[in-house]
Amino acid sequence: MSAGVCFVSISFIRGSFLKYFFLNLYVVLSLLADLLRQYVLNYHGVDSKQYLYAYYYTDCLLTVALFVAVISLASRVFAELHLARYVRVVAVLLLLGTAGFSYAVVAQSTERLATVSFALELSQNLYFVGLVLTYLLWGAVLKLHETRTRLVQMVLALGLYFSAYAGSYALVNLAPKYGVVQYLAPVLGCFLPISWSLTIWRHDEGARLTPARLVAVPR
Amino acid sequence: MMAAFILAFSLLTMLMFFVSYCRSLTASSMHTSLSEEVLDVTGIHAKASANDYTRVVQILQLCPERPEDRSNLQIVDAYYSLLNLVERVFVKLSPAVRNWAQEERAGCAHYAAVALGRRIAFNREMLAEQAEL
Repeated sequence: MSAGVCFVSISFIRGSFLKYFFLNLYVVLSLLADLLRQYVLNYHGVDSKQYLYAYYYTDCLLTVALFVAVISLASRVFAELHLARYVRVVAVLLLLGTAGFSYAVVAQSTERLATVSFALELSQNLYFVGLVLTYLLWGAVLKLHETRTRLVQMVLALGLYFSAYAGSYALVNLAPKYGVVQYLAPVLGCFLPISWSLTIWRHDEGARLTPARLVAVPR
Repeated sequence: MMAAFILAFSLLTMLMFFVSYCRSLTASSMHTSLSEEVLDVTGIHAKASANDYTRVVQILQLCPERPEDRSNLQIVDAYYSLLNLVERVFVKLSPAVRNWAQEERAGCAHYAAVALGRRIAFNREMLAEQAEL
């Protein structure tokens, strides 16, 4: 939670709050989600249905917010090619498509529809779509010779976060008895705001680096 | 089946993003040259080499830390351990990969040396402030 507060404060101090509005929005929403979960936890307990719904549906909302954050970064990368509008249209279609697919998977069983399965399915699929999008975005960063240090490091941090989360969700589906997410979630939850804070704090908007030097196999 | 595919893809991309993220951290310090003081303290001759990392980190641990350095150093430390493993595995299999791992380890050593320089400067400032009080 303090990592999130730190990121939003640093964004304000460095005058980057509006520049990276959707990243800040995601962090603010995750703070609000934490507060809501804590409230439900205190009043209903950890084993209650209310907490289960609050946890998975806020998680689903946060995934959508993070998806929007990725698209905002993609829009910035593609802005110079005047493709930002198309990126947003594709993103909306992708979001609707993922929601539809998740519903179709869960709707096969009416029993599952009544539980948090839809939220869990949508979160897992959106994390995977987010991961693929971040991977494509990273490809675009390399192809378009994007040199803005802040943008490059934010995309990489997002990629790392998405891949770790998507992997842990998949592991939960494969082996439900190992609660990987419950241990990984707090660590990963801190990683994103901390890495973004350090990026904003350490590098100016004008800082540049050569992304071609960052790939393991030289091009 | 789908979950297994997602898991495999996630692990691969995680490794790729991790390497690129760590390289972005070390690359951002490459433009910073090492001060005479850091070269003296660490025994680095003009340019950090792969084996300097452990020594530089030992000296870093003796110096009171700056909170903003901590998490990035931990990430670079994990990257250095991964590179050590890669180097050990590829020592006979592929000399090119071994050379690449050595260059990367030298980058990690430079990153740690730059962090050491920042810590020394930070501690100097703190001492100066205390002396003024």
